Amino acid sequence: MQPAKAETGTISRLMRVFRGDKNRSELKEFTIKQHPGMVVLDAIHQIQADQAGDLACRWNCKAGKCGSCSAEINGRPRLMCMTRMGDFEPGETITVRPLKAFPVIKDLVTDVSWNYEINKKIKPFTPKPKNADGTWRMQQYEIDRVQEFRKCIECFLCQDVCHVLRDHDKKSEFGGPRFFVRAASLEMHPLDTADRVPMIKDSLGVGLCNITKCCTEVCPESITITDNAIIPLKERVVSRYFDPLAVLWHKITGLPKQPRGGE
Amino acid sequence: MSENTNEGVLTGALATDRKDAWWVGPLLTAMGLGAFGVYSTIRAFANADYEWGPYLSPFYSPLIRIPGLNVSPAFLILWAPAGFRATCYYYRKAYYRAFFQHPTACAVNEIHGHSYRGETSFPFIFQNIHRYFMYVAVLFIGILWYDAISAFFFPAADGTRHFGMGLGSLIMVVNVLLLGSYTFGCHSLRHVIGGKMDCFSCTSFGKVQHKTWLGVSWFNNRHMLFAWCSLFSVGLTDFYVWLCATGRINDFRFF
Amino acid sequence: MANYQSIEHDVLVIGAGGAGIRAAIEAAEMGANVGLICKSLLGKAHTVMAEGGMAAALGNVESRDNWKVHFRDTMRGGKMLNNWRMAQLHAQEAPDRANELESYGAVFDRTPDGRILQRNFGGHLYPRLAHVGDRTGLEMIRTLQDKAVHTPGLQVHMECTIYKLLVNDGRVCGAVGYWRQTGEFVVYKAKAVVLATGGIGKSFKVTSNSWEYTGDGHAMAYLAGADLIDMEFIQFHPTGMMWPLSVKGILVTEGVRGEGGVLRNNKGERFMFKYVPEQFKKDYADTEDEARRWLDGDKTARRPPELLTRDVVARAINAEVKAGRGSPHGGAFLDIAAARSPDYIKRKLPSMYHQFKELAQVDITKDAMEVGPTTHYIMGGVRVHPETAESTVPGIFAAGEAAGGMHGANRLGGNSLSDLLVFGRRAGMGAANYAKNLKSAPALSQADVDATLKEMTAPLDRVDGENPYTIAQDLQELMQTHIGIIREEKEMQEGLEKLLKLKERASRVASNGTRAYNPGWNQALDLRAMLTCSEAIARAAIERKESRGGHTRNDYPDYDKELSKVNFLIKKTSSGEMGIRKEPLPQMPAELQELFKGESNATSQS
Repeated sequence: MQPAKAETGTISRLMRVFRGDKNRSELKEFTIKQHPGMVVLDAIHQIQADQAGDLACRWNCKAGKCGSCSAEINGRPRLMCMTRMGDFEPGETITVRPLKAFPVIKDLVTDVSWNYEINKKIKPFTPKPKNADGTWRMQQYEIDRVQEFRKCIECFLCQDVCHVLRDHDKKSEFGGPRFFVRAASLEMHPLDTADRVPMIKDSLGVGLCNITKCCTEVCPESITITDNAIIPLKERVVSRYFDPLAVLWHKITGLPKQPRGGE
Repeated sequence: MSENTNEGVLTGALATDRKDAWWVGPLLTAMGLGAFGVYSTIRAFANADYEWGPYLSPFYSPLIRIPGLNVSPAFLILWAPAGFRATCYYYRKAYYRAFFQHPTACAVNEIHGHSYRGETSFPFIFQNIHRYFMYVAVLFIGILWYDAISAFFFPAADGTRHFGMGLGSLIMVVNVLLLGSYTFGCHSLRHVIGGKMDCFSCTSFGKVQHKTWLGVSWFNNRHMLFAWCSLFSVGLTDFYVWLCATGRINDFRFF
Repeated sequence: MANYQSIEHDVLVIGAGGAGIRAAIEAAEMGANVGLICKSLLGKAHTVMAEGGMAAALGNVESRDNWKVHFRDTMRGGKMLNNWRMAQLHAQEAPDRANELESYGAVFDRTPDGRILQRNFGGHLYPRLAHVGDRTGLEMIRTLQDKAVHTPGLQVHMECTIYKLLVNDGRVCGAVGYWRQTGEFVVYKAKAVVLATGGIGKSFKVTSNSWEYTGDGHAMAYLAGADLIDMEFIQFHPTGMMWPLSVKGILVTEGVRGEGGVLRNNKGERFMFKYVPEQFKKDYADTEDEARRWLDGDKTARRPPELLTRDVVARAINAEVKAGRGSPHGGAFLDIAAARSPDYIKRKLPSMYHQFKELAQVDITKDAMEVGPTTHYIMGGVRVHPETAESTVPGIFAAGEAAGGMHGANRLGGNSLSDLLVFGRRAGMGAANYAKNLKSAPALSQADVDATLKEMTAPLDRVDGENPYTIAQDLQELMQTHIGIIREEKEMQEGLEKLLKLKERASRVASNGTRAYNPGWNQALDLRAMLTCSEAIARAAIERKESRGGHTRNDYPDYDKELSKVNFLIKKTSSGEMGIRKEPLPQMPAELQELFKGESNATSQS
């Protein structure tokens, strides 16, 4: 049995941290003591305790489970608590900025309230009636797909990296990867009976996604957002609106209803 | 900090803190797709050297010769694989990044203004017909299997055919295997075959359908890999036929 | 005087973890106008860290299971100090709450026949924990969160810290707090308040808890005049990460042991066999072979000793380390790789796999984890009425970790998530009923509000003073050393003295910057609650001169017969001092006593 491998020794490290708000800001330099095993969030805490008590950042669990400490570290959207300082070259300066897709409140804290507004718009879980024995039955194999989506910790890194939000600021017509994952977790739930396809097309604007997969690349929970959530939803939208045969079929047989399956 | 300056914010096209070579991926993609585009266009226009012995170039399969029509038979069929790949969810990602710079790379500032419409307006709204190309592409896999099997029956001088195996026969089989792996990992197929279902245990054949869906998902997970491998193999197969047809090499016969 | 915003609700729920959200949903569904306060963003509360599962005697995996068995396990785990009625309600209602969560959209792992799957856990006789891999808490909070935002009459206030409850005429009438984002003050007027603020772990150096766990609810209830109960009982979870230093204390789920993980010392010895307490001997395996057979599903085999209650396992690891048989960083080795295939481990314990891979560069499908005790949970809390969850101050309700009594001297793993839902719902119901029956809300006292705001701005007004981070660190160091996992009279007395000095230093705390998103100032304001709870813990721990559950004393290593009949209550005296008194346990009815025939709760602890 071997103990954890660890970098040895304490080194000093230059950090550049975004300070300011949406009107005024700068990158401020701090030198910190880097101990073995330390993560970027530890460095931020060290700065708070010793150098800048009012440096703002969000964090909670410090174990990659709550999704609070999202930031951009050397240009990559990541969780500060899961980014080891030892993964950077010893002489490398580490730059930490807030999420670019959302308005800065202060320092590393951004206003992510828009996400909560989007979530409210998604039709809640609407289960079919229970079986006669008072239970719902679902097989593990058929919920594996939904459970992947439910791993989401709402760190909003996917929202941050998505160019539709980040560069084109389509917040009024686009829901972003997080909420496609959310919608998929409900749409593909074996017990759910609600129809969200029209809202996926219109208010969540799935057509604005051009499936360039940055969301999948940054997801700290390794959810295959694009292939497993967004593209399957796009295909459902195709069946409803763009596939002439499927549209005709729906005209004859009626719209898909649970529990018969998708279409 | 100075008054009303936003020095902390990265602005300007392609600005990023990323320190890796983020431009390499899109560049290689652009070069790969570009090279294939140029090669296949030249070969389609050539209207020659696409057959040798039992081998038929995939650019010309199925071979449709309409008497009196003076265009390369490649153009009569190439719309199908070209359309399949052009509307493919993987290639879309690849060329949106490499050619349209939407985005060039993740978390690198875009070079465009705010006119982006994604796949909601002309022409990209036509990406939604991908599944029809998929149906045709599945047919093509059958045709290419026919070609690959035919590639083992070599014509003799008397017009009869004899079973044999050349390097070209093997290349044609590998090609159709790779094309099949690419085609059967199609996102639209994955939807049609079972992805559209929510409750597999609610239908009589749900479990079988789920197994099939898992199978397609296996290929789908490797869609990018097979997209490139099959693109390469199609080009290579054609190139081998061209080499044989132009007499630059002799087909290597095993028996 | 500083400006403030005024908001009015019938029921104000403070804390948006499992208990708080469940309470808010219940109160809103009963027609109350509800405000739900989150100290962080909605959905980030510490409930997300709960991993193993939610205990409920559904009987899906083991049909012999029922509420009585669950009740007995809970009482035995709590060393019979639990409020029997709370434990009974909990055991009876947990299955309904699990099913209800499913109706809200939770997707639990399934049995082969499609029902909710249940797993084994420490102290539970049968597989009882409904779970989703090792992220059950996340599933719970996300499900409740989505239910809450679609519940009419429920308003969510995010990133708002409540500093004080306002009491008038002996009844609660509101609360004062601030918005973290802007630092602006806010005064809530409310007929009833539900405290669902979680625990106190942040007062300890090695803890699995986040920054939010500063004991706000415990302290605010105490300062408002309510009783606290069982404050000496703190659960040190046996398996926290040991290395690297920066992650020391982060939880390693008990699910690892539930799925077959074994504990070994540096000699490779599976030491838990040596630590089975007398009263549990008949339920636990005494050979490795028997433990293995149990894991393979042999119903005649008894459970492995790694699945003893958390207090026993934590003490055992501690003893091994003291005897020089610890791991390199002062813990024990927890090995799942030998028991299960890599695929199985990745499927059933994905977050653990991820956590060790990313943070410690250990592949748990190949290597053992290094683990050791970490401050995890406080059994003590606001003393509440079992049925309504109302505290001793009218209008103040409490649920979840902030409430006391349910878990006695030690909580069983998995009983927390079920506690959140059972008593969250009851607190919401209690508060909504109370608000409905209240003819008019008591008026707020402007003088109280003004005084509170002044107190809150004080750290920013001081030019030179103590660094709030330093005081917090000193407190954590102090609690860890003096009132930690193994306690002693002299050390605790010293600790209490230091604590009082620290309190004095904290009154001079200063922070720079403005009120807008200022963690330094926020930390300064959290100190009051941290210090209040720490003092309560210290005083109660000194008083309980025995070892029991989460309270282990070197100088009194055994159960004490007299102390087995009492809880310690803490209440602010009229002169403002912290008072402590003994209170006899409520009498358990005869039919429940039947379940414990022939057992004594006065025998030795280990």
